[in-house]
Amino acid sequence: MAETLSATTVRELAGDAPSSDTRALTLVVEGMHCGNCMRKVERTLQAVPGVVAARVNLSNGRAHVTTSPNGVELDTLVEALRGVGFKSYGLVEGTAPAHVAHDAAYLRRLGVAGFAASNIMLMSVAVWAGIASDMDASLKTLFHWLSALVAIPAVAYAGQPFFQSAARALRARQLNMDVPISLGVTLATGMSLYQTMRGSDQVYFDAAVSLLFFLLIGRYLDMAMRSRASSAAQNLLGLRATAATVVLPDGTTQRLPTRDVVPGMRILVAAGERIPVDARVRSGTADVDESLITGESRPRHVEVGDTVYSGAISVTGTLETEALAREENTLLADISRLMGVAEQARGRYVRLADRAARLYAPAVHLLGLGTFVGWMLLGHGWEPALTAAVAVLIITCPCALALAVPAVQVVASGRLFRSGIILKAADGLERMAEVDTIVFDKTGTLTLGEPRLVNGANIDDATLGRAAGLAIASRHPYARAVVAAAKARGLAAAPVPDVAEVAGAGLRHVGIVGETRLGSASFCGESDSIADSGSTLWLRTADGHATAFHFTDPLREDAASVIIRLSNAGFHVEILSGDGRAAVAEAAGAAGVTYWQAELKPADKIARIDQLKAEGRKVLMVGDGLNDAPALAAGHASLSPATAADISQTAADAVFQGERLAPVIDVLLVAHGARRRALENFGIAIGYNFIFVPLAVIGLATPLIAAIAMSASSIAVTANALRLSRQRLGRLT
Amino acid sequence: MTALAWTIPIALFLGGLGLAGFLWSLRSGQYDDLDGASWRALDDEPPERS
Repeated sequence: MAETLSATTVRELAGDAPSSDTRALTLVVEGMHCGNCMRKVERTLQAVPGVVAARVNLSNGRAHVTTSPNGVELDTLVEALRGVGFKSYGLVEGTAPAHVAHDAAYLRRLGVAGFAASNIMLMSVAVWAGIASDMDASLKTLFHWLSALVAIPAVAYAGQPFFQSAARALRARQLNMDVPISLGVTLATGMSLYQTMRGSDQVYFDAAVSLLFFLLIGRYLDMAMRSRASSAAQNLLGLRATAATVVLPDGTTQRLPTRDVVPGMRILVAAGERIPVDARVRSGTADVDESLITGESRPRHVEVGDTVYSGAISVTGTLETEALAREENTLLADISRLMGVAEQARGRYVRLADRAARLYAPAVHLLGLGTFVGWMLLGHGWEPALTAAVAVLIITCPCALALAVPAVQVVASGRLFRSGIILKAADGLERMAEVDTIVFDKTGTLTLGEPRLVNGANIDDATLGRAAGLAIASRHPYARAVVAAAKARGLAAAPVPDVAEVAGAGLRHVGIVGETRLGSASFCGESDSIADSGSTLWLRTADGHATAFHFTDPLREDAASVIIRLSNAGFHVEILSGDGRAAVAEAAGAAGVTYWQAELKPADKIARIDQLKAEGRKVLMVGDGLNDAPALAAGHASLSPATAADISQTAADAVFQGERLAPVIDVLLVAHGARRRALENFGIAIGYNFIFVPLAVIGLATPLIAAIAMSASSIAVTANALRLSRQRLGRLT
Repeated sequence: MTALAWTIPIALFLGGLGLAGFLWSLRSGQYDDLDGASWRALDDEPPERS
């Protein structure tokens, strides 16, 4: 429904009559942040021949494109956007977001409840004012009838989500928060109608409807959080649906969706492309970047006969490969399965509000029933007894529970968003507030995941500039590091023409004066010292002069201080890495972590996390690689840097941006703050009950008192939640 | 008191008008992209009608 809705909007805005001879495509576009990006993307898409209209939705980072029926291929659009610097990919069809329609339905109910609540309140205020002055009894009755006229349809419509959920719970022989809500609202409405007919004063229409209004606000906030999280997850899933270039038997090539690739097909992987399925190399050599799979940042050199895994990226050469597996049998798919199993355990987590509801709902019912029975026993007859019971149900109705926790969550996620942290799981913050153990991956998490030049101080500008001129032709991480170092020094690295790249060796340029080489020691004719084999590049100029460039994958600049702060706050910190022992030992030493393990496979990481869980620890997993994805799903809570593999970002509860590690502390601080606010809100709500429930039990809760109690407690909890937005969060404890 | 016979229906009607307006804006997708809409308001050029 949502898709057709937006497609219609697009057509209307384009001034076209809706017709069936257009086709709608949806693209996920990364990196759109402002109006300029939005306009650029729209102009670019509209300029592509065959595109009828294009409209960007900045909120969810998507572009809806309407094309003539056989006009434009998705790839053309992606290519056009790449031309102006935006990375994009098509959204998998058949994954239309059902939750958007859901959101709109909640908003509609919210609108109706708000309208009814304000109008009934208007009349109620008149009646209450009439108690003090002289209001005619017949006029009062007229106002009550008018209230009933507005309230009954509004309750019937706006209360449906609660009624349905309560009915589901009762069918499963359980109690949830919606049972007392439904009971309270329906009883109050029914009883008020009866009292209106009798011309009595005990009319609670305003309370019933404003109760629904407040509760719907809470529900809507909760829903909006969830759908934002799920649309982010869906955007990430779209990444996997990439295409493969298949060589057909007649020698021509064709782009096929990865899911249509079968074993035995010949697949062409150009430099810079991701390998679509596990495959064996048939011809060509290349360096492949497998950092997403193994966590090892240095590319691996592959030749004919070697196996390459899906998700790896060819950084240097073009490979012709033979597919070994279908998409669902690849290493990537195995990892997703491992992740699915690990995630089930997390699905059993019960949210704070639900845990409170389990205690609260029976108590409310008992109190209501007790009031009714008590009044009956005292011989007052069923009518005042039921009225008192209804008043108890209305006063105790869990506004605070239903409104306060979502409000806290929305405020907390807004605060995190401002500091570059995107919260993905709705209950992620609650789980993060409970962790006592933090497990870090090394490459890409504690470190930046990309090599940096370390001996730049010993290299003069001319040499660095010359090296950068060659390096700019390559996608190899070391070459990029050289270019970055040159740029950082303000050198204009003019690209040298006709640079040849030799996979697994280096770059070569033949100029007028002779040959310049940038590459491995053997490629440049230098003796390879064992200590820095593989982490050193050599530049050999035409005159035979050779310079060494050393690289290392540095820790994030604040890694050590963050880990000290975490340890001081009482967290147990560990490193679990798939990298070699020496590299992990060095990083652990530099970061000040005493417990570490190296050379772990994804299953080993899960095993260690399960072991920690068995010891009663709650683990926060921080990782980025594909090999971390199952561990991220297995942890009690999880966090990924924004540079992480797509699948890891999908598994993580939150994603942080930037080069610093401090967001880990920010997330924990906000999580603890949010938990404190939520608990305070429960306290406020229960405090109100302590004052007003006794009044209701003895029958003194007039409709006016009920209205004041309810509004005041809702405003109090919301205000308390908002404090989280600006408050300074002190030290981590 | 006869004034009430006028004012109450008028109040309800105006409230209903507001509700109808809200439902219309919801249906026509004006809440689909709040972030984008805030930027579009600053766009000087008229929307292209291609």
